[in-house]
Amino acid sequence: MHVAGSSSNRRKLWQFHGGLHLPDHKSMSMQRPPFEAALDDLLVIPLQQHIGEAPEILVKEGDRVLKGQVLAQANAYVSAPIHASSSGTVVAIDEQPVPHPSGLSATCITLQTDGQDKWDDNLPQTINDYKSHSANELLERIHWAGIVGLGGATFPSRVKLNPGPHKPIDTLIVNAAECEPYISCDDALIQQHAKEILRGINIVMHILSARLCLIGIEDNKPDAIAAMQSAISEHETGNVELIVIPTVYPSGGEKQLIKILTGKEVPGNGLPADIGIVCHNVATLYAVDNAVMKGQPLISRMVTITGEGIAKPQNMIVRNGTLISSLVEQAGGYNDNIDELILGGPMMGYALNSDKLPVSKGTNCILVTQKAESPQSPAAPCIRCGKCAEVCPALLLPQQLYWYARARDLDKVQDFNLFDCIECGCCAHVCPSHIPLVQYYRFAKTEVWAREEEKRKSDIARQRHEFRDARLARIKAEKQAKLRKKKEVLDKKKVGDVDPKKAAIEAAMKRAAEKKKKLQVEGKIPANTENLTAAQQRQVDEADKRRENTES
Amino acid sequence: MITAILTITALSVLFGLLLGYSAIRFHVEGDPIVDQIDSLLPQTQCGQCGYAGCRPYAEAMAEGEAQINKCPPGGEVTMIALADLLGQDPITLEDEEAAEKPKSVAYIVEEDCIGCTLCIQACPVDAILGAAKSMHTVIVDECTGCELCLPPCPVECIHMHPVKDDISNWRWPFPDQNGTPLPQGNS
Repeated sequence: MHVAGSSSNRRKLWQFHGGLHLPDHKSMSMQRPPFEAALDDLLVIPLQQHIGEAPEILVKEGDRVLKGQVLAQANAYVSAPIHASSSGTVVAIDEQPVPHPSGLSATCITLQTDGQDKWDDNLPQTINDYKSHSANELLERIHWAGIVGLGGATFPSRVKLNPGPHKPIDTLIVNAAECEPYISCDDALIQQHAKEILRGINIVMHILSARLCLIGIEDNKPDAIAAMQSAISEHETGNVELIVIPTVYPSGGEKQLIKILTGKEVPGNGLPADIGIVCHNVATLYAVDNAVMKGQPLISRMVTITGEGIAKPQNMIVRNGTLISSLVEQAGGYNDNIDELILGGPMMGYALNSDKLPVSKGTNCILVTQKAESPQSPAAPCIRCGKCAEVCPALLLPQQLYWYARARDLDKVQDFNLFDCIECGCCAHVCPSHIPLVQYYRFAKTEVWAREEEKRKSDIARQRHEFRDARLARIKAEKQAKLRKKKEVLDKKKVGDVDPKKAAIEAAMKRAAEKKKKLQVEGKIPANTENLTAAQQRQVDEADKRRENTES
Repeated sequence: MITAILTITALSVLFGLLLGYSAIRFHVEGDPIVDQIDSLLPQTQCGQCGYAGCRPYAEAMAEGEAQINKCPPGGEVTMIALADLLGQDPITLEDEEAAEKPKSVAYIVEEDCIGCTLCIQACPVDAILGAAKSMHTVIVDECTGCELCLPPCPVECIHMHPVKDDISNWRWPFPDQNGTPLPQGNS
């Protein structure tokens, strides 16, 4: 195994374009050791805590649930289940405000905890010897545990760990960079659980059949580096290398970290798996270890509560569903003169309008800022200085994107690769005109998605309309064909339109007349015509006369 | 002089033949411009343009018979896209009031529905389910909000409900003119 200094000397490190050196403010929350946050009476667990389909709720109001019990199961492939973070009773399943930039509400399951914190008895078995289990079994376990990318993207980990047979994975990259200022939850987690993280790494390497693991960590976390190093040297396991990288924001971006560690670039519309790499956050690996070795689902995580507006900045192990207000209280409450409550870091986070919101799987940091002494001046016009392009780690042209986003030219922003933007905020940070550039990009991105969705819907509507038109035309044609057929039958009848009785009489009379003619021609006379009485003769004459009349 | 005339004549004959041949060889069935216009229209099939649906309106536009500003559901965005496609100048919408209506879907008050099937027959996209003398209901995902089912209903039990903003269809707002700066690190 390699020690930090030597490994960083041995392995060549690359640089990504741009980036910023920001004051890190991390020591603020690292002064106190992390502790387990108190269990609240009420836990509000949002149904959707990941990217993908929402899971299906299994419980109903009034149900008693145990810690770790599945509350909603994932039915789709890109989805994740949620579990009860503690034992108690389901008191509500309804719309509750959730942490989201929109401030909107979403379906949440509210638990009234009973304080016993009793684990579910039906948790899956612990797997001590993961090497004897197939990748599929372990993936199933990871899926069951509801593990999603805990770095903030919340993409279901099972999907990411299953790139498919045509994409062999060579390298697992572990993201311990934690580049955004103020945030220190990964740092704290590594210091506490380096061993477990390493085990998680080995499990994931086994699943991916990866040859190599590179752990990227910024050089501003010496304690975490030391902890990880001692874990690596103690457990001589796989080919795991700890690599200390210089502190540059945003080195913790997935594509940026891959570039630093391997020199490879992830293709524009591609995934790291396309170049044989899978990247995971340390917290995700810790959760994997928990799920496999202890059979426990993901119900808590390390969260940083920090900022100048917090009395005692602190890392806490927080149950999923705990309200932010409760965490702030446990961190000594708010200072005076607070400005904003931000979920995430100062660069990529978004402001919340209330602290009565639950912590979910993707919550890594709660930042409370204080009002600046000199308020930031309002946005001024772009002067085309190009500083934004200098710092853009995705090699984009932020000012072009800005102009086109402002003009709502959704085709042009895509021509300039808007979707390669990682919203790191470097461009807005250096902008001398204080233009909220990232706001424009976020606006443009959601507009493009909305437009695509509208297009998809209108295509479906067109299809349905055309189908309906075709169906109506078919029904009409069928009706006409039926009518035509009926008419034809009627017409046929009309041709021989005579009374059958009359026809029979006529036919009989015709036959009789023919017979008589034939007899006359042959010179035969009807029988019994001799020796007739006068009355009989008269009758015969009358009949003959009648016949002649009708014949003529 | 003669050479020049002959050369030009020969060239024009040659290119004329080439063009004539291509016209036959690469002949396109149907009218692609109608398809292009149709793909820009919102496919609500509401008939607010005065035509029987989106496609008839597209055909009329392709013929040059209809203006590009008759589609309220598409709004200004569609009008500008049409102007782009057809090489015309953008014009103001004919019915701006209708264009500002929020997107809605039909909702049937099921207690009041008498099961007459008239709305089912009116729906251009088959988004209403039901049978005679049975309750009807709207498939929300398929409803285009065209409102064509409203007038035939004899008991007026169909209402338009605006589509609710939720997290899945929420969009970031356009940054205001003063700028709502992102939270930034104090450097």
